[in-house]
Amino acid sequence: MALSGEDMAHLAALVKAACGIIVPQDRATAIESRLGPVARRENFPSVSALIDRIIAQPDQALVRAVVDALRVSETQFFRDKAPFEAFRTEVLPAFLARRPDGKVRVWSAGCSTGQEPYSLAIVGEEVRAFLPTLSLDIIATDVSDRCLEKAKSGLYTQFEAQRGLPIRMLIKHFEPIDDFWRASPQLRAAVRWGRFNLMHEPTKLGVFDVIFCRNVLSQFDEPTRAATLERIGTALAPDGLLFLGGDETTHELTDAFRPVQGRNGLYCKAPGHIRAVA
Amino acid sequence: MKTCLIVDDSRIIRKVARRILEDLAFEVSEAGDGAEALAYCRSEMPDAVLLDWNMPVMDGIAFVKQLRTEPGGDRPTVLFCTIENDPARIEEALEAGADEYVMKPFDGDILESKFAEAGLL
Repeated sequence: MALSGEDMAHLAALVKAACGIIVPQDRATAIESRLGPVARRENFPSVSALIDRIIAQPDQALVRAVVDALRVSETQFFRDKAPFEAFRTEVLPAFLARRPDGKVRVWSAGCSTGQEPYSLAIVGEEVRAFLPTLSLDIIATDVSDRCLEKAKSGLYTQFEAQRGLPIRMLIKHFEPIDDFWRASPQLRAAVRWGRFNLMHEPTKLGVFDVIFCRNVLSQFDEPTRAATLERIGTALAPDGLLFLGGDETTHELTDAFRPVQGRNGLYCKAPGHIRAVA
Repeated sequence: MKTCLIVDDSRIIRKVARRILEDLAFEVSEAGDGAEALAYCRSEMPDAVLLDWNMPVMDGIAFVKQLRTEPGGDRPTVLFCTIENDPARIEEALEAGADEYVMKPFDGDILESKFAEAGLL
């Protein structure tokens, strides 16, 4: 049985409250097929019954399972390339010059299945070869337990391992295990993982020099994007940099950031906001 | 239009790869083994070679080694496309003169990403 308009409205309200993600109201069929496996696993006779249950009794584990199934987790190593190239050739050397202790803190916010933080860790190893004082601290967070579990394991199918990773990088930083490729122990040790919901204040995470929050905001509605950007801003150092996805912007959402000229998707703090935070 | 020579003894693989590469705007030619591919290259060097490893008559490794000694044979970008996924074998292919390496099975996304990696797109 198809999901009713009422089911869809309830579901959308619940998911938005849980993690800010917009459930498109006209995609009932797609939504139902994504939630089908969750309903079966949790022994509900239908997706409708699953939705009724989480509305009547919003059990946290169940809500998380639903949110996990609905969010877009698709990603790849070195997605869009240019941001990682800028990170390697310009951003890291610039921070290193300003940080005498060599410590650079990076946050991969909404890291999904880990391809982004591992890409950053690979860049870190490469840069350390010619700037040995670099001590790169990578914190990767996601709201999905399922994604984090996969990310931590460092295990990728051969299909995933070949998307975005040049072959020389693959054989240098990964090893084949059965039908999978596993990130090297060194790479896995370079990333610290944590569950974090971007709807919350990032106070406990500390302050970061660079934040990668790519292809996350586009799943939110405008007010949620604006509020999320403001929160992220509080975790960014006064001279910090923010990388957004290629089709994401802070424009008309918040005046906390301004775009870095000539760098698509790269933002720094707006002058007025530096004092407010520092 | 860039040209790509697909070298594989499987007609099905050649057909699948041809469809993907034509979508990426390549002009595609085919060869069933390394010797045929070498004869093709001697008459006209392609921009790219998508190369299987295990083939009758002349395998991929022997082909790429010979290609790299031919006049103008340093020009084509060579991408292996094979079931071999042992890092030692991959290393061997790269040392023999390959530029990139695709492990079978592959799909359109992977070929596109690898061709971009090799600077062909």
